[in-house]
Amino acid sequence: MSNGPLIAYTNVGKTFSNGDVVAVDDVSLDVAEGEFLAIVGGSGSGKSTLLRLANRLIEADSGSVMVEGEDVRNVDPIRLRRRIGYVFQSGGLFPHLAVGANIGITPKLLGWPAAEIAARVDELLELVQLDGAQYRDRLPNELSGGQRQRVGVARALAARPRIVLMDEPFGALDPLTRDALGDDFRELHRRLKLTTVMITHDMTEALLLADRIAVMHEGRLLAQGTPAELSESTDPYVEKLLHTPRRQAERLGKLLPGDGAA
Amino acid sequence: MSLFSDQRWSEALAHLPDYLGNHVRVSLAALALGLIVSLPLAIIARNRPVLRGVLLGFASIVQTVPGLALLALFYPLLLVLAALTASWFGFDFSAFGFLPAVLALALYSMLPVLRNTITGLSGVDPALTEAAQGVGMTERQSLFMVELPLALPVMMAGIRTAAVWVIGTATLSTPIGQTSLGNYIFAGLQTQNWVFVVFGCLAAAALALAVDQLLALIENGLRHRSRLRAALGAVGIAALVAATLVPTMARSASNYVVGAKTFTEQYVLAALIAQRLNADGLSATTRAGLGSSVIFDALKAGDIDVYVDYSGTLWANQFHHTDVRPREELLADLKSILAKQDITMLGELGFANAYALIMPKQRAEALGIHTIADLAALAPSMSIAGDYEFFSRPEWAGIKQTYGLSFRTQRQMQPDFMYAAVASGEVDVIAGYTSDGLIAKYDLAVLGDPKHAIPPYDAVMLLAPKRKDDAKLHAALQPLLGRIDIAAMREANLRAAGNDGSSSPDAVARWLWEKIGKK
Repeated sequence: MSNGPLIAYTNVGKTFSNGDVVAVDDVSLDVAEGEFLAIVGGSGSGKSTLLRLANRLIEADSGSVMVEGEDVRNVDPIRLRRRIGYVFQSGGLFPHLAVGANIGITPKLLGWPAAEIAARVDELLELVQLDGAQYRDRLPNELSGGQRQRVGVARALAARPRIVLMDEPFGALDPLTRDALGDDFRELHRRLKLTTVMITHDMTEALLLADRIAVMHEGRLLAQGTPAELSESTDPYVEKLLHTPRRQAERLGKLLPGDGAA
Repeated sequence: MSLFSDQRWSEALAHLPDYLGNHVRVSLAALALGLIVSLPLAIIARNRPVLRGVLLGFASIVQTVPGLALLALFYPLLLVLAALTASWFGFDFSAFGFLPAVLALALYSMLPVLRNTITGLSGVDPALTEAAQGVGMTERQSLFMVELPLALPVMMAGIRTAAVWVIGTATLSTPIGQTSLGNYIFAGLQTQNWVFVVFGCLAAAALALAVDQLLALIENGLRHRSRLRAALGAVGIAALVAATLVPTMARSASNYVVGAKTFTEQYVLAALIAQRLNADGLSATTRAGLGSSVIFDALKAGDIDVYVDYSGTLWANQFHHTDVRPREELLADLKSILAKQDITMLGELGFANAYALIMPKQRAEALGIHTIADLAALAPSMSIAGDYEFFSRPEWAGIKQTYGLSFRTQRQMQPDFMYAAVASGEVDVIAGYTSDGLIAKYDLAVLGDPKHAIPPYDAVMLLAPKRKDDAKLHAALQPLLGRIDIAAMREANLRAAGNDGSSSPDAVARWLWEKIGKK
């Protein structure tokens, strides 16, 4: 692969409900290979729309979206989605299918042989730190929220994608689980040399996990860059988003001095 | 004597393989057809609000049509259709019995299946259909791998409702010539055989419960991914169908079918005719409980071979004449009209079963009422009851006009209840039948008709076109012609209206043959 971006949005626009709501307004954004990009914004900011444009769950009205060097409009959406991993909010697991069947769904759609799927499922369960023998045949409603999201990640990785899209993957979890899962995924991202785009409304999470952060507000891309670059932004909305993590870091630093010394 | 030692229970049991088998076949065929039509329609309509509204509206309207009417409507519809296909493609089908019953019942099953399938599919969490898209499913894969499995419990609830409705409503397919458990109920109501009525209801309820539970087993198996339970349920339904097919297969088809309308006298006469045919070595079965409007067309189409009708009924209802002819002239005219349609009027049985206005003898005498003419002055303060069709028949219009009658109220009643109602004073006058045995039992008086407003109703034997030259059949029926007088028929009818083991149509027919055969 060349050094060009793996995902490239160029002047992308998208309007919903007969032209009333502008969801994405003239956004240009590149995601480099191997990069972990977080898109941060409130609800209605257009971040979810931006994510779904990449695997054609939503079609752009204007501009272009390139994935792996190809304009997505020229790629069959079904085949596009099968080669891009997607982690849904609170898992999005199919409740009538066992954990193993959920994880193996995309390989099955791709026509892999059953034995190969079974081996891959066990491999993935190990990767997301779940015991295969114990969890393979359970139904999603028998799992905790954190376990469900681990299965969701395993499902997204099943067909060995280069790109993983994540839709507020850890939003509904308790802070401890969320932290552990975030770290574990970050490690998977590194180890499997993935290119990851994650959307979140939580700036702290974005700062801790991502290489680069893009800030969306009312359909527009306000700023993008590394945490350090972002902290120099003069945009009042970006400053406001950074205010909370900054203040929390200061207070935690004062409250837990031992932490810094350790 | 205990309740169950009554021999009518064993008689009812003897009919069970035939009635139940037919009932299962017509119900399951209708349900299968309903599902084949409704499921794809529901799937197509789920994302199309206009189509969905039209479909559900149509199915709801169908549901408001009473089952009996819906079934009855399909018969003339199919007759027209059969005539069309016969003239266009040279291929004909029977519009009698199975086909109209299956079509009407299938239509009846549509609402719960459509509604529950649409509700079930639209109740699937949109996040899951998006997840299905996201993992790379096509629309079809999403439907079959995600949406349908998730909607299944709601869909199955609809299918089970439909099954129970269809099995219950199938009891109403008897009048259009489809044998069913309804045969017990219709025959039982007509001949006051409560054992048959109860037996029919219990059998239909047991069948509905059994099918419902088998479907529940299949649903349970599918939901919990237990192939065993799903297979058990499916095997159960298959076994039910197979079990009902075996006795029918084993029994050779009868050559002759004797039709009967929905009242006691007809049941007795049909049984008598079948007995005579069997005695002459011609295998015969009866198809009883057919609607008045169905039975003539069924004969014409050859679905039944022989039945007894009444001259006045044919004249007024079948051929739409409004004039009243003298008896002999009417019979001669009818014979030639029927011959033009290739139907043989073999002859009269010897009695007439005319409509007549009837009231308690004592009361009539006290009021000085001997004829309908005497009634005219008192009628405005009186109530009259008649069977379900009387008040819409031309005879009633004729009587009212001729005598200037106008009653305070008129009520429709099950014919066998009318006599008790007039005897107890619940109504003042009834429009009954001259051959009814209850006239003597309740000490009722038949009012005279001096102006001849009521046409004659001689009982006549009619043969289907294909039996026109059937010498053996003609010979077997000959002994019945001109032999049954009004007294014999009244007594037979009274016996048949009794409520014990010797009151079954077969037993009464044997008694009647003893009585007239020895003359």
